This record gives sequence, C-alpha cells and structure tokens, in this order.
Amino acid sequence: MAELLIRNGCVFDPLNSIEGERKDISIRDGKIVEKVGRKARVLDVSGLTVMPGGVDIHSHIAGSKANCARMMRPEDHWRDPEPKTKYTRSGVGHTIPSVFTTGYRYARMGYTTVFEPATPPLKTRHTHEELNDIPIIDKGCFPLLGNNWFVMEYIKQGRMEELAAYVAWMLEATKGYAIKIVNPGGIEAWRWGRNLRHLDDKIPNFDVTPREIVRALCQVNKILNLPHAVHIHPNGLSEPGNYQTTLDTMDCIHDIQRANGPTMHVTHVQFTGRKGWSWADVRSGATEIADYVNAHDHVSIDPGQLIFTNVTWMTADGPAMFALFKFSRTKWFNADVESETGAGVVSATYKKSNYVNAIQWGIALELALLVKDPWKVYLTTDHPNGGPFTAYPRVISWLVSKEARQRVIDKINKTARRRLDLPGIDREYSLHEIATITRAATAKSLGLGCKGHLGAGADADIAVYGIEPRNVDPAKDYEAVRKAFARAAFTVKDGRIVVKNGEVVRSTQGRTFWTKPQVSEGIMKTVVSDLEQKFDDYYTVCMANYPIEERYLTASQAIATRGDV
Amino acid sequence: MPRTTLQNVLCTFCASGCDNLEITYDGRIVDSARNGCAISVSRFTTADESRILKPLVRKGRTLRPTTFAGSIDRAARILHNAKYPLLYGWSQTSCEAISKGIELAELVGGLIDNTTTSCHGPTILGVQDAGEATCTLGEVRHSADLIIYWACNPVHSHPRHTDRYTIFSEGRFRKTRKDRKLIVVDVRKTDTAKLADRFIQIQPNGDYELLTALRTAIKGEEIEQDSVAGVPVDTIEEIADMMMECEFGALFFGLGLTMSMGKHRNTEAALALVRDLNYVTKFVVVPMRGWFNVTGANEVSTWQTGYPYAVDLTQGYPRFNPGDTSAIDALARGEVDAALVVASDPVSHFPRAAAKSLLEIPIVTVEPKRTPTSDASEVVIPSAIIGVEAAGTIYRIDGVPLEAKKVIEPPLGVRTDEEILDAIIRRVKKMGARR
Repeated sequence: MAELLIRNGCVFDPLNSIEGERKDISIRDGKIVEKVGRKARVLDVSGLTVMPGGVDIHSHIAGSKANCARMMRPEDHWRDPEPKTKYTRSGVGHTIPSVFTTGYRYARMGYTTVFEPATPPLKTRHTHEELNDIPIIDKGCFPLLGNNWFVMEYIKQGRMEELAAYVAWMLEATKGYAIKIVNPGGIEAWRWGRNLRHLDDKIPNFDVTPREIVRALCQVNKILNLPHAVHIHPNGLSEPGNYQTTLDTMDCIHDIQRANGPTMHVTHVQFTGRKGWSWADVRSGATEIADYVNAHDHVSIDPGQLIFTNVTWMTADGPAMFALFKFSRTKWFNADVESETGAGVVSATYKKSNYVNAIQWGIALELALLVKDPWKVYLTTDHPNGGPFTAYPRVISWLVSKEARQRVIDKINKTARRRLDLPGIDREYSLHEIATITRAATAKSLGLGCKGHLGAGADADIAVYGIEPRNVDPAKDYEAVRKAFARAAFTVKDGRIVVKNGEVVRSTQGRTFWTKPQVSEGIMKTVVSDLEQKFDDYYTVCMANYPIEERYLTASQAIATRGDV
Repeated sequence: MPRTTLQNVLCTFCASGCDNLEITYDGRIVDSARNGCAISVSRFTTADESRILKPLVRKGRTLRPTTFAGSIDRAARILHNAKYPLLYGWSQTSCEAISKGIELAELVGGLIDNTTTSCHGPTILGVQDAGEATCTLGEVRHSADLIIYWACNPVHSHPRHTDRYTIFSEGRFRKTRKDRKLIVVDVRKTDTAKLADRFIQIQPNGDYELLTALRTAIKGEEIEQDSVAGVPVDTIEEIADMMMECEFGALFFGLGLTMSMGKHRNTEAALALVRDLNYVTKFVVVPMRGWFNVTGANEVSTWQTGYPYAVDLTQGYPRFNPGDTSAIDALARGEVDAALVVASDPVSHFPRAAAKSLLEIPIVTVEPKRTPTSDASEVVIPSAIIGVEAAGTIYRIDGVPLEAKKVIEPPLGVRTDEEILDAIIRRVKKMGARR
C-alpha cells in the first residue's frame, strides 16, 4: 500500500470550501483518503500553497491539426529543444510541443488533466495515438459534431431521438468525451469556399441553420445526460461585430436547462467577443458578454487569453483560418474532413503595437475580470491560438495584480489603451479564485467528480507551489506568483511524485476519459440501420473500420451515462 | 483449416487505403480478388514467397541461421557500439513499430529517417515554405468537378484511386464521370493521361516554369512568352480559366514533381498555386504518397520529435536539417557507421554513393522477404507482414488513420516488427551507458 502524507501545506480547495487553511493531505493507492498510517512517506510542505492538480478544459495538444502544425512549422521548434533526461524522453517546444514535452511541461506547471477540445471524428484514432503518448497527465477529447451530415439530416427530419442515439454512437465510436460544435454549418459552407456569419443563415444543400444545430445538440446533451456542457465555438470567429452572434448563440438555448450545470460552454470568447464594423474600429464586447453571463446560469465561458508572442492558430474553423491567413500572410494549412468538419492552421505573431492584437488582449482580461462568478469563467489561452499553455503563469500574474496588468497596458497600442475598459478595472483575483478557475471549476464543468478537489475519494493529483500565501501579497509580488506557478515545487499524480522543483522526476501513464451513453436498443438499431444505408455513400472508409475499439486506448476510463431515450 | 472469408480488410500496398477487400484463406491466403487491384491481389497471394524464415547472422561471407535471442543480441551490440547509427525505412510497417524505432534511435543516439527522404521529402519542405490546402479523399469524391493529376500516373501506381476517389467515383454532389473534368500534366502520354479531358505534355524539368506561369495567369497578369515548358500560352490561360471557373478543384501530384529538377521549389510552386486559387474558388491539393504507411511514418515522427523525417537524435534532442540529417546525405558523406533497416530496401533504391557507403558498414535488417539489403546485412531478423500477418495502425495518403488487420498467422517463429524492436530496445538498455 503506497501511502503519502503532504504535511502542513496552505490548502486551496474551492470545491470543499477550504481557503488557505493549514492542512495535511493523506494519500493511499493514488486516492485521497481521510488518514494514513504512521509509515506513510511524508512530504513536508509547511506554509506552501497546495492545490488540486490543474485541469485544463481547452487546449489543442493532440491530433491531426496539431501534427500538421508541428510538421509545417519547424521554425517553431528549433529554438526550444528538450533534451532527454534519466526520466524523460526528448522532444521540442514551443507553441506546438511534441507529445512527450507537452505532458512534461503541463506537469511542471502542476497540471494533471487536459482536454483536447476538437477532434475530427474520422481522424480521432490519430488523436488517441497522440493522447496515449502524452505522459503523466490524464486527458480526453471532444469530437466535432456541428457540421456532420448525419447530424444535419436528423435535425432536418426532426428526428431528435435518433439524433441523440447517433451522438451516443459517435461518442462510443470515437471514444470522445463531449459534444463540440465549431462554426455550426459554416464549415459545410466552406466546402464551396463560403462561410456563415449569423445564427439564421441557411447551410447550403442542407436547409438547416446554425441555430437549429446548436439547439438540437444542446437538447441531445441533456437527453444523454453527458458529463460536460456542449462546448461551442460560435459562427463568425475573429470578425469585427461578432459579439452579437456570440450573444445570440448563448441566448438561443436559454430555455434548455441541464440538471448538472450550464448547458453550454462558449470557448475562447476573446475571438468571438468583438464589437465594431471594421478592423479599424474593432472594440471590446466583453462588457455585454460578461453582463449576459452574470445574469444567466446556462452558460460558462473561457477567454482564450492572448499573449504577445509568436503563436500558431489552429481550429476546425477552416473558413476563419483562411480569412485570418489573408491578414497574416504567413503559412496556411487547410484540412477538410469528409462529411464532418474541417481544419485550418496559420502561424502568426501578436504585437503590443498592433491595435487589433492589443484589443484582443484586453477583451480576454476584461472577460475574466468582469464575470463576477469564478465558477463561470475558466483560465485558457486556447493553446496555441491565444498563446502557448506555458504562458498560464503570466496570465495568472495579470489576474492577481492590477500592477502587473498596468505594466503591459503602458506599452500597448495607444488607441487600444484609450478604447479598452481594462485600465479602469480594479479587481484582483485571490489565490482561491485562481484555484477555482484553473482546477475546481473546470473539473466541475467537465463533470469529473474525481478531479479538481482534495476531498476523500478524489484522485491524488496535487500541485504544490513554492509561495507562502501568508507572506506573499500576490498583487504586489506577482513575479513571485508567476515563477511559482511556472515551476511547481511538487506535482503529485495518482499519489506519486512526478515533479520536484519544476523538474520531472518520474514519468507515468495517464488515463483517457471518454463517455459511454446508454440509449434504448430499439432506437440504436434504427440509427445503426440508417448508418449502414448511408455510410458508404458518405465516407471513403467502411463503417466496420470506423469505430475505435477500447483496447486502442492505453489507459481507458469510460464514464457511463444513461440517456433518456 | 477450413476456408474462411474476412471482410473489410485494409490493403497494405499503396497509400490509397482501400479498406473493403475480401480475403479468403485456409491457413495461407488463396484469394484476394474481391475489391482489390492487381497489385493488391499479388500482395496477399504471394505473401509466402521469398520469405526469410529464420534469423540470420553473418559468418564470414555467408549468412547463417541463428536463434532469435542471438540475432537480437548481435543487432543490439552493433547499434550500441556505433557512433552514428542510421535507423531507416519505416514506411511499410505499423505506427506502433515506428514509435519503437524512434525510442531506439533516442536510446542509441542515432539518426532516424524514413523513405520520405527519397520520395515526398521535397513536398514536406514545400509545405514548410508555403503551407498546404488539403482535404480527405472523400471531400474530393463528393465535391470536386475538376481533377488534375500532375506528374503522377495513378492508373499504375494507385490503381483504385480514380474509381474510389476521383473521376469514376460516386459522391454526394458529383455522381459520374460527366460531372468532372480531368486534366493530366506529364512529360509523356501515360495511361492516366489517356483518361483525361485535357492532356498537357510538358518538357522534362519544366514543372516549375509551368506552375509559375499558371500562377501568373491566375493573378491576371500577362505572360511574355509564346510558350512555357513547351506549352503554348493560350493553353496555359485556358487551363487557368478552367481552374478558376470550377466549383471545387483538386490537384494531385507525384514524384515527377518532387524528384525532377527544382524539387522542393516545384512542390512549393504547386502548393502556392492551390493557395492562390482559394482566393477565387475552392481548391485543394493532395500529394500522391507511395507506400501504405509513409504518411504514418511522418505523423509518428512529427508528434514524437517535432519533425517528420531526417531526425538526428545524437545530441539527446531532435534536430532536423535535411541535407545534413537526411539518410542519403549522411551516408554519402561516409559518416554513418551502422544501420538498422526496417521494412525497406535502400541498397537497391539509394543513389550509388549512398548505397556504396551502406555496403561498407554493418547492417541490421528487419524484413519479411529477401532483398539486396538483407543479403548485404550482418544480421537479418525476419518479420511478419503488416496487414497480412500482423495488425497495426497506418495512415492513408490524406492522413486518415486506419487499422490494418491480421488475416493469417506469420510463419512459425516469425515475430512482428514491434516485438523485434522492443526486444532490441530491452537488450540495449541492459548494455547500459555507451562508453
């Protein structure tokens, strides 16, 4: 019996309402328990900050488009090699690190669970191959369903029960975790080089609208009792004035309430929260969006914080990527996936002097600061779109300290500075709130009961950061905060110490979470028969070869749900 | 053993990924006729010909049978003692085996390269310069009303490409041959060219000029010659108009572009042409990759090391600099002092200088069948054929991952590439740090 006692830390465990109390954490066999025996190994962390392991809800770490980006951008890796050590494999950084490096770098920041938020179902076998190879962290992926032909046809025919059963079939076939929608219908329009901007635009050849797709999949999510909300990237990404489409998207499902949390998670809102009519007068729509989120319980958001650095844009939103490529004029990768979705990759650099970039940076921070309830807004950079995940500590320093923000505000584009509300916002996050937006709230939103807290029964995924909350004022010592969050003093994964003083000292295999919804046999039979009729017409792969078998996942962890059909 | 038929089998010859074969077997494969092309039939029905059945090690001038453990030990010693070992091949094995190969390369501090280096390496370099607008093959089947085969001959190299994915396929928005136009660009009238609506015969090594002329025409600028690469300007403008007027165009290009004069500049021009066309209409490009898992070799190498081929791990971290860290160049410079060849035959296929250098160093070959490379090796370890005698993941031309099936048992005592590499890794680890 492997026992570990993490002694005398200053514990932040928002899900159990523990805020900075001196406490011991007992661990046995990879789980947190009430008590351990006298022979337990003791880790004395007196006074240091102890939190549950970080849980990232949205980070593009694996799969076909991430690998296209790695392949297309050797210049991204040259400056950032990661040599092998006694415990670790070699690899490369930076904005799109190789898989081993991805796992190590997350663990070094005290993160222990990460979700890849967009996988094309047909290529999800690839995503799982990469997820299998990412060491230490637990993971999962969200299959893209917002432009899927079967989905659109079931909606057109008004067959909601069959749609629910189809989504259940898809989640099981792809070993996916949640429903992801990217630019609903817009990617289907991209087949012909077009895009959809608004919720009521008609999708060519399918005669349904983005609104119908969003509503139907949110209803399916409820019918199947899936653990996470519908994870959505709305239409009109990055275009000036798109905040209205985002608000419409949020509001179009206000009547669909889910028992176990918000119905919809709107992701990287910095890219879809823009006011204005043109690039010259693009403004922040953060106030309107934050007001909406503050007033409604059916949505949560993440800002997708921008970092002033070189980045890689990657999304399933093919048309948006092409539109952005026209600005960046760098390198553009497009990869449409038959009958399902698309993908785009573009390299880019964000500059403080650039008006639009400065506004984007401001929108993300305004969102994080104006949404009052930290359980509704989660820390992301939409890695690697807003910035690499390794920039989280910097984002944390901006959130905890107005002074840290001001230092950047002083250097950004002057017009942007004048037009942003950010300089007038005084809110500073406490460490407890940081723990909420980086682990407790994300775990709760994902419906992972074993993650994001330190109560008995939870997975023993723990981060210890080298700052003493009693002696440190984050608002003043934001640099110390940033450094502490960049290199965890200890990271414990499943009860084993994997990181010490910011270095990996043990590599382990994390699990892959996926959802297995149960629906009635009758309805599933109907759906399978529908699929058998059309599969060969829609795909160039046989239906028998499409599903990914569970043995394919090195460490599979299914979460069963019971559907209401 | 009674006759059995297995459905939905993936063919592991070319990278087209035909996954609907029906294979009949009774201990050995007797028939693969249904849904397979002629090459596929031969791949399955001759699986048991020219096989190496026992591990072999060199004693003087001859290769003598040995035990599996003996062959692994000798292979591990060769790689462990080498200063700059090359681990080459990988495009005809599974991703699981490739993954082991990269682990081994890191362990022994070697150079790992796949056959991309001698086929579509220039395509990857082109993508690194110009990006790539691509899609899965089903998108082409459903939507493309203009198909271009440039410097490739799929009728012979990828025999079912035209009926599964392009002109003869049945898609959602394009049903028959009449719904698509086909342009073929090549230096000679190939059998693919005979199917074309327009065949453009260009002068050898004229691809870069013609591609650039097409880009010029698409941008609406004047071309100041009468002809480019042997093609009259009127024809070029006509082709450019066809490209701009289509609703969904698809360009496929092959080794005629990557391995003729200009190499990665040719592919860059082709990729840039397709990119430019997207300002006007919808256009995609899909390089015609050859071996069934050459795409997979790039994918695994990229997600594990950051680079798709020619990865040097001698410094303890990945380095990528084709021309320096590519197999042929390192061999031709005489720097490589041992080689592990998995599922490939570089002695036959490499340029003379590289092949000659290869013959002067100890080679470990892991391969199902006898080849000139196996004949020249110090150690030969027979392996099971992926997709016939062993299962594993492979990637189609367009990056769609598929699972190759195990249909029959391999010959007695023959192991899979993955098992063999794993055994070498374990043996090398036992040898401890190199002096």
